[in-house]
Amino acid sequence: MLNNISLLIGITLMYSAPLIFGALAGVISERSGVVNLGIEGMMTIGAFVGAAVGYFSGNAWIGFLAAGLAGGAFALLHAVASVTFKADQTISGIALNLIGPGLALFLCRLCFSGATMSQPVPHKLPKILGGAQKNTVAQNLNLDSTVVLAFIAMLVMWFVLYRTKWGLRIRSVGEHPAAADTMGISVDRTRYICVIISGMLAGLGGASMTLAVIQQFTPTAISGHGFIALAAVIFGKWTPQGAYGACLLFGFAEALSVFLGLKNVPIPTEVLAMLPYILSIVVLILFVGRSVAPKADGMPYEKGTR
Amino acid sequence: MDKTVKILKKPITSTIIAILCGFAVAAIVLGVTGYNPGAAFGALFSGIFGRPKYISNVIIKATPLILTALSVAFAYKVGLFNIGSEGQYIVGALAANMVGYLCNFPPILEIPLVIVVGMAAGALWGGIVGLLKAKFGIHEVLTSIMFNWIALYLSNLVVQSSTFHQPNTTATYPVNPSSYTMLLPNWKTSDAGIAALSRNKLLKEVLLKTDVNFGFLVAIAAAIFVWFLLYRSSQGYELRAVGLNRDAAEFSGISVNKNVILTMLIAGALSGLAAALTITGTNPHRISILSAFENNGFNGLSVAFIAGSSPIGCIFAGLLFGGLLYGGQSIQANIGAPSEIINIMIGTIVFFVALTKVVPALATKLEKRGMRHAK
Repeated sequence: MLNNISLLIGITLMYSAPLIFGALAGVISERSGVVNLGIEGMMTIGAFVGAAVGYFSGNAWIGFLAAGLAGGAFALLHAVASVTFKADQTISGIALNLIGPGLALFLCRLCFSGATMSQPVPHKLPKILGGAQKNTVAQNLNLDSTVVLAFIAMLVMWFVLYRTKWGLRIRSVGEHPAAADTMGISVDRTRYICVIISGMLAGLGGASMTLAVIQQFTPTAISGHGFIALAAVIFGKWTPQGAYGACLLFGFAEALSVFLGLKNVPIPTEVLAMLPYILSIVVLILFVGRSVAPKADGMPYEKGTR
Repeated sequence: MDKTVKILKKPITSTIIAILCGFAVAAIVLGVTGYNPGAAFGALFSGIFGRPKYISNVIIKATPLILTALSVAFAYKVGLFNIGSEGQYIVGALAANMVGYLCNFPPILEIPLVIVVGMAAGALWGGIVGLLKAKFGIHEVLTSIMFNWIALYLSNLVVQSSTFHQPNTTATYPVNPSSYTMLLPNWKTSDAGIAALSRNKLLKEVLLKTDVNFGFLVAIAAAIFVWFLLYRSSQGYELRAVGLNRDAAEFSGISVNKNVILTMLIAGALSGLAAALTITGTNPHRISILSAFENNGFNGLSVAFIAGSSPIGCIFAGLLFGGLLYGGQSIQANIGAPSEIINIMIGTIVFFVALTKVVPALATKLEKRGMRHAK
């Protein structure tokens, strides 16, 4: 029993780590007033760069960091479009979702002699308990380091957003950019920084998929996790802790379907696979209700407007 | 000068500039990675226009894209972001496939039946999203994403059920030929028909080697219908009012909730129509197990944006997109560059479409400078 529970918790956390990074990416960007529908594309870039650099350098941590940088660099496109050129952020985000996987697969074919899959990285990211004994509670709870990092990232973002001056600035830029501008806060600079951080987090999320959950980049490595992260942002009402909880719920539902599959419960695998999505909708109907985005979310800011 | 400014201010100019930028970026990426961009684009164009067969295939490929794009564009005009076109397409294809296989009526009944069932399934899938938004205020993006996945697994569940699964394949049984919407479907399979078509080179190539079907005409009709509904009917006025300012619409006595549900029903029906026409109009007339999304709906998003959400524009954007997707295969086949270059190109086009406001702004600047010089 204890073993089962710990197994369930372990799988939950493993599956939710990439989502949490993706969702935090959404939170920071949208809090500053820039809608980021491009998380999927950014995560795919991170997933590829993480796996490729991890493979060629032989060190998963270098891959992980490179994925963050690549995600940030990629997000710069979104920042230029939505902040400097006041572009339609929805469309720009969708564009990144097309360019990201396209570029990742293009580069993958170039780096791995025509294959759309990378070679497996030699070592995954380490687990926190190192070599724990098999089939014990400790082994089931022997978490990936990304699980811990995701939790820390959530705490840091919560602290920054609600307990620091800089966080107050980000939130004011997302709620009322004109007022923030009057107070001498640079709306454009704040949004640029937030979108780039958003890209970095999404990149790390992609890499936690390819460097911790699976061991290589595949065309379906991200397959929709960016969109689910996006859902978690709305679900969690644009707060780091809310998004974290939403990702845990989703990870739990995913774990439950894996767990029931492992235990040979006579339910078709497809029905089990539907579980996370149905559960999310039920929870939404029962508990969440109307969610309100930051007021200036998605609106380009023109100096001098009110 | 005035003329340049005027041309620059037309929306179509921005779109064309975006398309040119897409080609430029693709050329740079190809060049940097050691491929000859000229040869690549040559392969692309001959892959689209090289033979009548190719042109025909581009149109066939464009048909579902135009319809899913209409689905997205229509909802966008009402202020809803229909990211669920993918799922609506999947359930539409599923329902059309089931009915087309189980029922076997004369074509005059069978074809409308299969298509209406496909549309109804899509409408149901979209309608639930609209209902959840209207009743519980749940963001449509959220439920759409969930419903896409539920549709995917639901479809796989049915494909593998004993009634529909064709043994030794990963697919269902095909729909009955009575539901085929190709041009002259019987001619292809009968000796006399093949002989008759073979006499003319063009007919032989287009009719025998591709699945020319009526779908494209339906897609054009649907585009005109959506345009008419939005811009020439009082219902459309309500819908657009909801899209422009929800609160103002509510205040002037328009029921926002009713219009949200109606919009998602219609959007879903359009995606379902795309799917039903594909099932009835093109080989293999059935659905397979999906390991991932096939992007029929997600591509509709890009097409709708390239079209600037204009219903008629969706036809042209759909043809462009279909051409790039179909002709793009020639790039890999002919010069060996990864075919993903097409995705990068399409993405870049969409990216620059997002920036389209820059061009008219530039034009205004030019205009002002011109006036200063005139003094």
